Amino acid sequence: MEELKAVGETTQFIVIKLGDEQYGIDIKYIDNIVRMQHITRVPKVDDYLKGVINLRGEVIPVMSIRIKMGLEPDVETKATRIIILKLEQQGTIGVIVDEVKEVVTLDNDQIERIAYDSKDDKDSFLCGIGKCDGGLISLLDLNSVVIENV
Amino acid sequence: MDVSQYLEIFLDETNEHLQNLNTQILSLEQEPDNMDTINEIFRAAHSLKGMAGTMGYKRMQNLTHDMENVFSEVRNGNITVKANMIDVLFQCLDALEEYNANIRENADEGTNDNEPLIKQLNDILNGGDGDAEEEEEAAADQSEGEAVAAEPAADAGDRKWLSINLGDTEKHVLKEALSQGKNVYGLTVKVQESCILKAARAFLVFKAVEEYGEIVLSSPSAQDIEDEKFELDFSLIVISDAEIDKVLGAAKSVSEIEDAIGDVLDINRAEAAAPAAKPEQPSQPVEQTTAPAVAAASAAPAAPAAKPAAKGKKKDEKKPAASKPVVNRTVRVDIEKLDTLMNLVSELIIAKNSLVSAAAASGTSSAAVNEQIEYLENTTTSLHESVMKVRMVPIESTVSKFPRMVRDLQKTLGKKMELYMSGEETELDRTVVDEIGDPLMHLLRNSADHGLESAEVRKERGKPEVGSIFLEAYQDGNNVVIEVRDDGNGIDTEAVRNKAIEKGIITPEQAENMSEKESIDLLFHAGFSTAKVVSDVSGRGVGLDVVKSKIEALSGEVEVKSKLGEGSSWIIRLPLTLAIIQALMVEIGDEKYAISLGSIQTIEDISPDDVELVQNKEVIQIRDSVISLIRLNEILDIDSKKDPKDNLVVVVVKKGDKLAGLVVDELIGQQEIVIKSLGKYISKCKIISGATVLGDGEVALILDANTLI
Repeated sequence: MEELKAVGETTQFIVIKLGDEQYGIDIKYIDNIVRMQHITRVPKVDDYLKGVINLRGEVIPVMSIRIKMGLEPDVETKATRIIILKLEQQGTIGVIVDEVKEVVTLDNDQIERIAYDSKDDKDSFLCGIGKCDGGLISLLDLNSVVIENV
Repeated sequence: MDVSQYLEIFLDETNEHLQNLNTQILSLEQEPDNMDTINEIFRAAHSLKGMAGTMGYKRMQNLTHDMENVFSEVRNGNITVKANMIDVLFQCLDALEEYNANIRENADEGTNDNEPLIKQLNDILNGGDGDAEEEEEAAADQSEGEAVAAEPAADAGDRKWLSINLGDTEKHVLKEALSQGKNVYGLTVKVQESCILKAARAFLVFKAVEEYGEIVLSSPSAQDIEDEKFELDFSLIVISDAEIDKVLGAAKSVSEIEDAIGDVLDINRAEAAAPAAKPEQPSQPVEQTTAPAVAAASAAPAAPAAKPAAKGKKKDEKKPAASKPVVNRTVRVDIEKLDTLMNLVSELIIAKNSLVSAAAASGTSSAAVNEQIEYLENTTTSLHESVMKVRMVPIESTVSKFPRMVRDLQKTLGKKMELYMSGEETELDRTVVDEIGDPLMHLLRNSADHGLESAEVRKERGKPEVGSIFLEAYQDGNNVVIEVRDDGNGIDTEAVRNKAIEKGIITPEQAENMSEKESIDLLFHAGFSTAKVVSDVSGRGVGLDVVKSKIEALSGEVEVKSKLGEGSSWIIRLPLTLAIIQALMVEIGDEKYAISLGSIQTIEDISPDDVELVQNKEVIQIRDSVISLIRLNEILDIDSKKDPKDNLVVVVVKKGDKLAGLVVDELIGQQEIVIKSLGKYISKCKIISGATVLGDGEVALILDANTLI
């Protein structure tokens, strides 16, 4: 049923880069994209939580997707950006990405959902794979990226 | 009619009235003949009834109606106030509160009719003086009958609708309506003299009446009524299918409406009467004496003339007008709007701080710039203070329910006690006042149940039989202190320790080494209760730890002082404001942290040689007190950039009686900071209570000194 309904619908993703891989973040969660700025470290928290930043007077926590996903730590370059996400449960949170590339619109039939049973460690951060001209895009499952480590 | 938009106002007002009733009935118990009190009660009950009626809460209306009847009899001197009556009245208030709670939760009053209560009320009425009531009813009937039956010309005074001049269009509309078999009524609605928002009430009357029909014309015009350009009454011409009584009932059901009278309008006669009725108006007051008693209180101009006719009743009713408390000119504001305002002020202060540092950085700090910045600083500080003051409410609204509670406790516990309150006018942030009620209630119950001894024991010990509980509030610097004190038994630390051992909270060895203070602190341990019998008042073991956590959540602290045999006192300290504080900025490594100025005792410069080791912990001695050192760089995982041989900068902080020295690298200075939450996402770090944005846009974390000690 849901499959049928989904055909023809499109979703927009922002394509980001972490290392050589391209990832997609559903645009509806994105509040803002800002340049890398000074992050105030918060002591005694998990290592993937890099600290807090000041976004127009609001104090917003920032996390590293790389560390969370077990990749190499972030190396700050000119292209590094912080994507501010607005999530229902966790509120506003920033994630550090290597580069923001573009916005793509994917038809739902261009998206291959990842079945739940094939989840190994790294895949559990993904909710699907998108296919478009630029190659494959791993679509991030934000809830599992952002959720706190127990 | 759709009343949901008034629900909030209704609930607020009902709460106020109930609280008022509680207080007044309590004082009535003390002085049963105080006419002012009785009148005040009557008014509150009357307003409640009207409000409940408007909102369509029939059960609530019924109950208040019967209460009002009782008061009206008391007021007329037909019933005297007795103890059992007070009890019944309190039960009624509880029932009303229950209705109110139901309404708040699901916009419905529930299905409890409270028939036994209504019956008791009626018993009081009948037992008191049945004749009087009948008489009054008869009188009311009579005057009602008069109002309906009397010739239009005779009482045109009240029937002002008769003097409305009908235009041709209106006449045409009315005739048309009549030909369609509808009724045309004229109404005159009287607003209570004490009513503040006459226009709003009139609007409600319009809405209520429009439920039943169409308002063709009003006098004064709808626009004038809306602008409050009318005295105490206004008249309407209505086309309706319904009975006149229904239309009148709808109008009367609006609260603060004194009365509504009306009748079928004879268009032709109205035309003739209109010019005749007008000049008659000045003589109306005299005729009004025959109107029902209810009208009298409000009809101020009528009062002198009416006095001889209405005799005793009249006298009593005149009083409220005279002794009516001065109504403050206030505006109800949603707390969210105030929060927004507070946030904006915070933004402004951050912007000011940025400006200061920008001016310093760019080197443009000429005298003129500095002067302006100082001026700006003054203004933002006063702005902040004013907004803070707006958010402050007296704790009275919370504590005023306690005398009643203590009175009830007296009965359930079978002990004699008296509650003395002072400082009810002390003001605190609205959110704090809302939250502080439960902890205070716990402490009071605790004092009543565990603290005070029974009358016999007290006698033996040479204390007055009636135990005293004190609730005192006062402002102390940047804090508000609320103290709950009793002259009871005090805390038996021995019993506390034994109980703690029994419960497995501490070992017997630990118990031996415990100081008095530590033993008392055991009381705040979760799941601790020393009451031998679990009573319905306290002793469920959920008391004091909840009190403590709640107060700490409000950034406050609890302190206990006790002397066995003489009583104990529980002291709650709360900060005046939660959002903006004065803080000391410090540097550790290359990170900046803020420490609330409120918790800082002194700042010391200590030579490394003065640091001693006790039980492998670093301590220093300052003016005969031993203070343990906390090296912040170790706790916060920062590399200190100071040479270990250099003198230490120690910020001495206190929590209650305990002191600790925080070692920092550098002091930056004092600053007014705006507290921002770190959000739910970073909640693991307990030593950080929040963050703030500095003048240069950087974020600095606020250290919670309390958790460090």
